[in-house]
Amino acid sequence: MISSHSFGDNGKMKDYHYTGPVEHRFSPYAFNGGTVLAVAGEDFAIVASDTRLSEGYSIHSRDSPKCYKLTDTTVIGCSGFHGDCLTLTKIIDARLKMYKHSNNKSMTSGAIAAMLSTILYGRRFFPYYVYNIIGGLDEEGKGAVYSFDPVGSYQRDTYKAGGSASAMLQPLLDNQIGFKNMEGVQHVPLTKDKAVQLVKDVFISAAERDVYTGDALRICVITKEGINEQTIALRKD
Amino acid sequence: MALQDLCNFQDFFLDSVTTKCSSELFGKKTGCDYVTGLPFSNSTSLFNFYIPVAEYLAENPINFGQISTIESSSAVSSEDSFLPSLPTSFPLSSSESVPLPFPMSHGTTTLAFMFQGGVLAAADTRSSCSGLVACPASQKILPIHSHLVGTTSGTSADCALWKRILARELRLYQLRHGRRISTGGAAKLLSHMLHPFKGTELCVAATLCGWDGGEVDGGAKIKMTGCGTSVDTSLETASLAKTQSSSPTIKECFSRKRSSFSGPSLCYVCSDGTRLQGKLFSVGSGSPYAYSILDQGVQWGLTVDEATSIAREAVYRATHRDAYSGNCVDVYHISSKGWTRRKREDLKEEYYREKERQERRRERQDVTPPQ
Repeated sequence: MISSHSFGDNGKMKDYHYTGPVEHRFSPYAFNGGTVLAVAGEDFAIVASDTRLSEGYSIHSRDSPKCYKLTDTTVIGCSGFHGDCLTLTKIIDARLKMYKHSNNKSMTSGAIAAMLSTILYGRRFFPYYVYNIIGGLDEEGKGAVYSFDPVGSYQRDTYKAGGSASAMLQPLLDNQIGFKNMEGVQHVPLTKDKAVQLVKDVFISAAERDVYTGDALRICVITKEGINEQTIALRKD
Repeated sequence: MALQDLCNFQDFFLDSVTTKCSSELFGKKTGCDYVTGLPFSNSTSLFNFYIPVAEYLAENPINFGQISTIESSSAVSSEDSFLPSLPTSFPLSSSESVPLPFPMSHGTTTLAFMFQGGVLAAADTRSSCSGLVACPASQKILPIHSHLVGTTSGTSADCALWKRILARELRLYQLRHGRRISTGGAAKLLSHMLHPFKGTELCVAATLCGWDGGEVDGGAKIKMTGCGTSVDTSLETASLAKTQSSSPTIKECFSRKRSSFSGPSLCYVCSDGTRLQGKLFSVGSGSPYAYSILDQGVQWGLTVDEATSIAREAVYRATHRDAYSGNCVDVYHISSKGWTRRKREDLKEEYYREKERQERRRERQDVTPPQ
């Protein structure tokens, strides 16, 4: 991703011209790459992520999906720094359990989103380096997508891409799902099969152009029947 | 539940000033402690922020000078309070001590002005993040309660969360005192809540636009029968140590305040401590452009439609010239009946309409020969 280069990626090689002695401080963050995508439909939601875990020029794992199941109707996708992703999902799971035990019901997607916002903001001065996207069904059974920034600002969307290839994928989604920037096109509501096909195509494009995205694609389709997972192969180079 | 424990604010003004370690104030907790401590914590600190203290950091993010070791890392004690005063050595460090690997969202155009029909607030909807449009449809004007609306500028996460905390505090005030707090009072509250974070990278610049009404909240059990009786009951429920002798004078104050001011009110609050009351404000990277349009057209006697069109025009011109503003415009109107929101309008259409108008003007000029 273009903007991540300007933020002192740890594994990056130095430029070849000598600028003088540079002090290197330990950075508690690392960038592990990966892309996450979520789409909300009329009665379904899709959360998809690639499964590559990289750092600098190396690949740590080809089978590290970034979608985590939270409840029967909600899946979260987290990309960014893998350590923070793991801790954050553990905290969310614990909070979900606490809620279930005190209130005797599962948290709704909107409530999880609001809770995550406060969890992230609690670390305003040492943020979790995670780009989160929550996909699920709301109380009425309609698809909902909530996208976050690393410090907790969130809002409900119809579709959102996050992670290393987000800048490339978001305009494509705007065009294909939001029908933006097109003249004289009929707005057809998205069906589940078309959405899944679109997600696959979009990730194939992302794997072509983004080095941190690839290996395999994990798609979670959330409907009122439950969560259906599929894995599709992507470029491994 | 989560926000309540995170943002326990009850004893803010009543706590005695202590010289306790400020690290307890900010509740130095790791992620795991955070989870276990929540249902049982009775902390009264505003927000349990996790402040990194590792030795490799050259300076602490909130450098109040005492975050070295803490005696107890368990739940924060109940006598916690805010910092008594500014510490002696207070470097206003603008750089973050934990270098963030990602940018925060900034850049906007928001404006608000008073006129005879109330207050009008308008804002663009672009949320940018160092060159990338993170969200083309964000909401920068957040309603706080039925008669108060806040425009947000700065980091969107900070604005959203602090607005939420403010809304909670105002609701508590309303329940305790039986009336809505004035806009100036809300601004003061927000300013004091943000004060401990002065010098950190928190960035909130909000204009609070509201209508201060004379009517008491109808939902509460206190009815507007007469100033005396209603004030009495509210005092009894809210106050702790007021004696009988002092209540008549307080009653007078209350009734005097009640009848004093009712009308539109506009306040600007900034996280660096600025708190200004005024008639016209514009905040954000696009504000110079908006100011030029507003200074030209805003006067007290405008009708609602005229005011709306001026506000729209100002945001439109600002989005045209400022790279960090754009997409759509939101317009909110606050009157004595509460706030109403105009349908969000895409400024791309406005741009094309403007072009058409210019074309027609040029055609007319071509038709009439210059003399």
